[in-house]
Amino acid sequence: MNIREEFKNKYQIEPITVNTRLEDESYLTVKHEDFIPACLALHKLCHSPVMMMFAEDKRKTRSCYRLNTAFYAANTQHWYYICLDFPGADQEFPSVAKEIYSATLFEREIWEMFGIRPEGSPDLRRLRLHEEVWPEGYFPLRKDFTPPPATGRTGQEYNFIKGEGEGLFEVPVGPVHAGIIGPGHFHFTAAGEPIINLELRLGFTHRGVEKLMEGKTLTEALKLCECVSGDAAFAHSLACCSAAEKIFDLTVPARAKLIRAICLELERMYNHINDIGGIALDVGFSFASSFASVMKETILQLNDSISGNRYLKGVNVIGGVTKDINERSAAGLIGKLKTLNTDLKGLEEILFSSASFMDRVDSTGILRQKTAEDIGIIGLAGRASGLTLDLRTNTEPYRLAGFKPIVLGTGDALARLKIRLLEFKQSVQLINSFAGQLASGALASIPAGIKEDFALGAVEGWRGPVLYWLKLDSNQKIERCKITDPSFHNWEGLSYAVQGEIIPDFPLCNKSFDLSYSGNDL
Amino acid sequence: MAILKIIKNRLVKGIVDLRREELMPEIEALGKELKRVINRRFRGSFHLREVDTGSCGACESEIIATTNPIYDVQRFGVNFVASPKHADALLVTGPVSRNMLLALQKTYEAIPGEKFVITLGDCALNGGLFKDSYYTLGGVDKVLKVDLHIPGCPPTPTEIIKRLLSLLIAPGEI
Ligand code: SF4
Repeated sequence: MNIREEFKNKYQIEPITVNTRLEDESYLTVKHEDFIPACLALHKLCHSPVMMMFAEDKRKTRSCYRLNTAFYAANTQHWYYICLDFPGADQEFPSVAKEIYSATLFEREIWEMFGIRPEGSPDLRRLRLHEEVWPEGYFPLRKDFTPPPATGRTGQEYNFIKGEGEGLFEVPVGPVHAGIIGPGHFHFTAAGEPIINLELRLGFTHRGVEKLMEGKTLTEALKLCECVSGDAAFAHSLACCSAAEKIFDLTVPARAKLIRAICLELERMYNHINDIGGIALDVGFSFASSFASVMKETILQLNDSISGNRYLKGVNVIGGVTKDINERSAAGLIGKLKTLNTDLKGLEEILFSSASFMDRVDSTGILRQKTAEDIGIIGLAGRASGLTLDLRTNTEPYRLAGFKPIVLGTGDALARLKIRLLEFKQSVQLINSFAGQLASGALASIPAGIKEDFALGAVEGWRGPVLYWLKLDSNQKIERCKITDPSFHNWEGLSYAVQGEIIPDFPLCNKSFDLSYSGNDL
Repeated sequence: MAILKIIKNRLVKGIVDLRREELMPEIEALGKELKRVINRRFRGSFHLREVDTGSCGACESEIIATTNPIYDVQRFGVNFVASPKHADALLVTGPVSRNMLLALQKTYEAIPGEKFVITLGDCALNGGLFKDSYYTLGGVDKVLKVDLHIPGCPPTPTEIIKRLLSLLIAPGEI
């Protein structure tokens, strides 16, 4: 669509500038009063939640903050941004969250990290810089940030949403959980058995990744990306690389693209099988879970044999890959996958023929399509609730392999389980197809020249879209890097899915989403 | 029905355990030694409570992998427990995010009697890639006295088992 025309005719909005330097991204800078209407217009036009919203501190050069709100038009695979520049002295911008719910968390993030207030926002509680340990008035992502002289014991507390009424009770859980798992606090309000509200408080693994990124070279940054969310290390580094490649206008060699796609699918496979086992474990079906854990280990060892790392770290470089898959290892890979596929079918039969297992997962933790759409659920959890978004659709090399996203509609734990089973088998097929296409060629192109620019890297990781928005300064160091893991969108989905369920079903619901703590907390 | 499938699966595949010696001889040898030491010093069971203070999750994934049927550390007497009250040692990952400081200290205090502190992964040693952050303390030893470090990003299950053995074997550590 011609966005300028569309905006003018349909919405009477005239952007100040439209930047279409990149093929699949458009940046529309708008006037202050047009900001909310423009966001609403794109929200409608693209049928997209706020995919990402972030600020940049440009007070030094242009004495303003810039706010970018990103939407994704899936039918044209195009990213649209509404950009707003506002004077540094203002420290305020109109809240989008009042109109579009999926902006809420992003606005809370901007408020705590930059100290610029979304005017009229319904919720301004902190996300990651916990009130208990971080004093007021210190905003890490400002360029002139200096750390507070002391932290810890501020005397402040987080305000949980309180349920009131006869017989209601609250169950606080975490941050340290019973299992070997990341930390997070779950605050249940229950009426008898059923949960009437679950509030999540995360941020316990906050490490200040976005600040650490600033001033790093791309090579240094790539290392850090692999440690943002360890179980999605490959998707994260790929997203970072594709952003950089767009900045440098690099064409990635066909062979490298295929190897990347193979690795991305391997990452999906080991995580999906991990969760299938996890779901079985959380309903007490330990045989199935052990079975799955052996399959996971097999894939991790497979990763190790083709890339030298069980978590596929170190495979990506800007411009391509460092590891080759030769004919012999491709044949080995395909052979192993065949066995895994048979194993999966066996596991599936075992799970689906157990009445007590099915009883637990069927229609448990339902996330309705309407709810999922309204709160902006993306990725695997979205597809289980009938939303079709999958960034792999219509992109190479997936198009050639005949890729179609797998979408189910019931939105319960069973649907999320089935999607994993189906995607696992699909990944096997995809890898077979990719491996068959491997023609000889270079592994990487070399970036050249000096580019002071920005771009978005977007990758459909196993949980969903992993987004890296990267901006380089004139010294080729990173000026701003905004990271959005799908977990940031989807944790909210969990708190809706468990409403009405009983607390003992919570672990199962949680596992059926299996979101990242560290990817969310950054 | 499910049980029939399970039995069929077992008949077709055989018992994984019985083929361990041939599959991973290194683990078997290490494990025997580990079991002997744990039997002698901890009356047969060495219990760990894991705390993530801001890891990326890959370290957890490898810790969990040590309990899968291929490595199966439980058979050597190593167990991961839900409550610190049941633990002999604290196993810590992550660079210690400020948000986790209190929880880490409380978990440590909840372990009764003499206790080990084991750090796992480069982050936990000195903050790793996150050591210059405004929000991490840069390693567990800033908070607790550490008895053993298991290096790696993340360490493999084999490495984890090896290092545990070296800790327990060394005399005079407690
Ligand atoms: S040591 Fe490496 S694998 Fe472990 S938590 Fe840190 S970054 Fe992740």
